[in-house]
Amino acid sequence: VIFSFDLLFEAVLFGVLLGCFYAAVSIGLSVSFGLLDVPNVAHPAVMIVGSYATYVLASYGLDPIVAGVVLMPLFFVFGILIYRFYYESFEKRGTEAGVRGLAFFFGIAFILEIALILTFGVDQRTVSADYIGTSLEIDDYRIPYRMLVAFGVALVLTAALTVYLSKTFTGRAIKAVAQDEVALRLMGANPVRIKQWAFGIATGVSAVAGAMVIIVGPVEPAMDRLFIGRTFCVVVLAGLGSMTGTLAAGLILGISESIVLMFLGASWAPAVAFGLLLIVLGVRPQGLFGR
Amino acid sequence: MKFWLVSLAIAIASGGLAVSGANEYLFFAGFVVLTFIVLATAWNILGGYAGYVNFGTSAFFGAGAYAAVVLFQALGAPLLVQIVAGALTGAALGFGVGIMTLRLRGIFFAIATVAVVFIMETLMINWRYVGGATGLQLQRPEAMAPFATYARMLFFVMTVMAIAAVGVARYIQTSWIGRGLRAVRDSEEAAEANGVPTLKLKLIACVVSGGLMGAAGAPMPMYLSFIEPASTFNLSYTVGSLGGAIIGGMAHWGGPIVGAILLGTLQQVVTVTISNEMNVLVVGVLLVVFVVAAPEGILGLFKKIFNK
Repeated sequence: VIFSFDLLFEAVLFGVLLGCFYAAVSIGLSVSFGLLDVPNVAHPAVMIVGSYATYVLASYGLDPIVAGVVLMPLFFVFGILIYRFYYESFEKRGTEAGVRGLAFFFGIAFILEIALILTFGVDQRTVSADYIGTSLEIDDYRIPYRMLVAFGVALVLTAALTVYLSKTFTGRAIKAVAQDEVALRLMGANPVRIKQWAFGIATGVSAVAGAMVIIVGPVEPAMDRLFIGRTFCVVVLAGLGSMTGTLAAGLILGISESIVLMFLGASWAPAVAFGLLLIVLGVRPQGLFGR
Repeated sequence: MKFWLVSLAIAIASGGLAVSGANEYLFFAGFVVLTFIVLATAWNILGGYAGYVNFGTSAFFGAGAYAAVVLFQALGAPLLVQIVAGALTGAALGFGVGIMTLRLRGIFFAIATVAVVFIMETLMINWRYVGGATGLQLQRPEAMAPFATYARMLFFVMTVMAIAAVGVARYIQTSWIGRGLRAVRDSEEAAEANGVPTLKLKLIACVVSGGLMGAAGAPMPMYLSFIEPASTFNLSYTVGSLGGAIIGGMAHWGGPIVGAILLGTLQQVVTVTISNEMNVLVVGVLLVVFVVAAPEGILGLFKKIFNK
């Protein structure tokens, strides 16, 4: 491919949208893994459950974005239940969950995946709305509206979580748990309740992210596996637990992938994300925007 | 001594079975189960003894498989050479990943190994010589006498490899390396403070573990007469290795054997009798049930029952 600035601009433009998509699918994990240290490998699986739930609600005529928001409280409760189960099984016993915690969430992810297959079959599912399949046209550039949805969702989620974590009482409590759980316990606060609340929020956010995923493209039950690597990549790149960092890391990933896609071809794109991740782990393990 | 006598008996039995008139399917299924024994045993050396989770079993496995294919394509190398090459490639990969990330907290090592899977897969997809994304058909040579078919020969070879892998794991567990690794798992800071060379031990474990996984991958292309990136770097190898070790019990070298046999056989049976999907469900449920209800695995359960 001959290099031209037009192409580069297009690559960056698409990269920004793709990056927002990555940020939006990762931001829940940024809370659960980044702040709470829970190795939630099942995060993408829960998100895909969100996509299917959106599909069901949308089939009754509800707008997919609205469906995602409607599902949030349900997923919030679901998240609390998962954390409760995890806490009773691992954290409460005082052992570091480590290997077993990971295996636990792996198991949960598989169970969710198969539950979806048994309910919906292995076929791809899509939703329809006015903004899916049409594009915004500015000069020569065509920007699909569905990617603008990803852009919007990412910005709203990042902004909302940033404000929530720094301005509200509970939000600050969540940050306090992340910083020093023992100290918090000594102050007489109950870290478990704060953590389960935070995990609920992380899971609730996954409902909206799931709705966005099915708006951007068709979903299938085993799709969560595609996201496991990328979401952890974004969260680690970001520096654990930084919300604006998550957005930035998503953008870095999206833009570099999109540039490689444009100039080297699609088959090289995955190497970018993970090459970048390895370099960051080797050079700056606290992440690009870490504390 | 007893260990090696039993091993010899198993090897002879396996060889005898392979030249007997037993149904061919037994060898096809048995080979897969044996592969999972090697993988789970290898995984346990780092994951079980030291507590460092390798999420990238398939990267090491695939590295071994592709090393074998390259040698086979270029030189027509025999199976034994392919296996040695697979082991060396896996060990080299283990050293590279280990030296980069084993200084970090365990979870970062886990994430780095995920990254390695994707990087390896991308590299192989873009490497035309080994077939790229579409894969490569392999014309496998005649099986060596006394084995009637290649699958029978591979079954025997994999039995020997499983015995070797278990022997290595057993040696590590009972030697100073294993003691050091357990110290790392229980408290890395305390171990380091007491003069345990933690990084060196973790690196040894990572190299040995990677080498065994690479060796396990080497015969796979010949078994399938085919290689292709998506299935070679499949998540199922990772889950099988980690699942086998966790279900069997991670504290003892016997655990991964028990776990891999149980999980592998169950998966084969479920795949044949019900469906491939249910097989994933079985793994998922077993993982959750065991880590929650029996965190010490099957061996731990037995210990509890018999010590009462």
